[in-house]
Amino acid sequence: MSSEPVIIAKDLAGGYPGNAVWKGVDFSIKQGEFVAVLGPNGAGKTTLFRMLLGLAQPLGGSISIFGERPQRGNARIGYVPQKHPIDSETGVEALELVRLGLDGNRWGTGMGGGKEMEAALDALLTVGAEELAHRSLGELSGGELQRIFLAEALIGKPDLLLLDEPLANLDMRREADFAQLINRVVRERGVTALLIAHNINPLLSLLDRVIYVANGRITTGTPAEVLNSKVLTDLYGIPIEVLKDSHGRIVIVGMDEAPEHEHHLHH
Amino acid sequence: MSTSFSFNLVSDLQSMLQYDFMRHAFEAGTIVAIIAGIIGYFIVLRRSAFAAHALSHIGFAGAAGAVLFGINPIIGLLVFTSGGGFAMAMLGRKAANRDVQIGIVLAFMLGLGVLFISLYSGYATEAYSLLFGEILGISSGDVLVTLVAALVLIVAVGIVYRPLLFTSLDEDVAEAKGVSIFWIGVVFMLLIAVATSIAVQVVGVLLIFALMVTPAAVAQRVARRPAQGIVISVAVALLATWFGLFISFYLPYPVSFFITAATFAAYLVVRGVQGAKVRWVKA
Repeated sequence: MSSEPVIIAKDLAGGYPGNAVWKGVDFSIKQGEFVAVLGPNGAGKTTLFRMLLGLAQPLGGSISIFGERPQRGNARIGYVPQKHPIDSETGVEALELVRLGLDGNRWGTGMGGGKEMEAALDALLTVGAEELAHRSLGELSGGELQRIFLAEALIGKPDLLLLDEPLANLDMRREADFAQLINRVVRERGVTALLIAHNINPLLSLLDRVIYVANGRITTGTPAEVLNSKVLTDLYGIPIEVLKDSHGRIVIVGMDEAPEHEHHLHH
Repeated sequence: MSTSFSFNLVSDLQSMLQYDFMRHAFEAGTIVAIIAGIIGYFIVLRRSAFAAHALSHIGFAGAAGAVLFGINPIIGLLVFTSGGGFAMAMLGRKAANRDVQIGIVLAFMLGLGVLFISLYSGYATEAYSLLFGEILGISSGDVLVTLVAALVLIVAVGIVYRPLLFTSLDEDVAEAKGVSIFWIGVVFMLLIAVATSIAVQVVGVLLIFALMVTPAAVAQRVARRPAQGIVISVAVALLATWFGLFISFYLPYPVSFFITAATFAAYLVVRGVQGAKVRWVKA
């Protein structure tokens, strides 16, 4: 693990022109770190991802990724978005989708493509989904699809993974399994992973760092540094208490009225 | 020369191909079926069937207008469907799924077409052939236009194949990987526009679904790989077209009916077989 930061944000502001969702953001992420991006809905977590992908421009300040300004089509980034236009009628097999993660942005038919198919199988093997290769996407479960999407993101051997709520819609058991899978990829390949999540608990023991987006600001640090009553109270500007159960799982409780935060409590 | 049906299909085919109109019909029908099968695969994959349907109706107004001004209807079709396709692409893929708005434009265009037709002659024959197809009236010039348009389409699909597939299956990732969602959308709508324009000759604007959507829907249910899907989609469209032309040579009913009936039957059979399989597996 090198100590050079892969992402550096300086006085960064993001959102829509004339309407910053957050500003004054400073943080850096090192190569090989597993980072959770937390915060209530609409706080601007996906905005941060779109900025890293070069799909949204900073409203102010600067952000660099691998020492350069973010640019669309960066082959060093693997991305799993929150939404996919796949439904039960999609007959295409998983292997074909994974392969597009490698060469879907190139012109031509790519017929033959033995090398690409081999890489796709390899990526499926990494996520333990090789038996799903020839199943159609429409008949896969939510958990199986997430593994396929992860393989699609990993096929280009990225240095940075951006995962937008991959744990949503998974039951508790699968949530834990998937968190372990990402952790394994991060540790074995030295990949940096940013993962947007709502429930911190399945990730808590695996994370190096937390990015907390709320109330127009972003706070970063180790889970212990950020996920405590003092820091979150300061961030939200209202009393917040972080409670721990006997297994070390945490519950974040707003002491006063905090409607934008309520959804965060039900775990 | 015999024009009655025998069970020797080769000699049947030989005798019907002695007629120019049948030869042209087979030529144009074959080209159109191939194109409809290919473009249709992506239409079904992208859930753009209604947009394709709407484009054919917009094309009807263009074709009727062209007839009114003494221009080749295919020109009117191409201009209107391309314009409509471009406008839909400007609205974006999500907007292209707004069926109410598209339906409103579609109805107006159909009405406009009816006006043009009535201004032209008051006869319904032109309207009838535009609405339901007139494959037996295709000239050798039409076949040439169809062939050229088809070759352009095949080359274009060959070029945009992977980004088109990528945006169809995983738009956000494709965008992040540098694919222009907007331009792929524009190109795709133009591909539908041209394909629709040439397919109208065979099945007409009202029955365009039968060639552009039904065979692809069959393929989507059967095939796991896109290349396979396209081959199956083309095969179903081709067999249905040939079947329709063959039968209609002996029976006094419209070719369009036999083509639509054949693709519909193919769809029912696939659904039925798959349904039975599911029940059998579960039992």
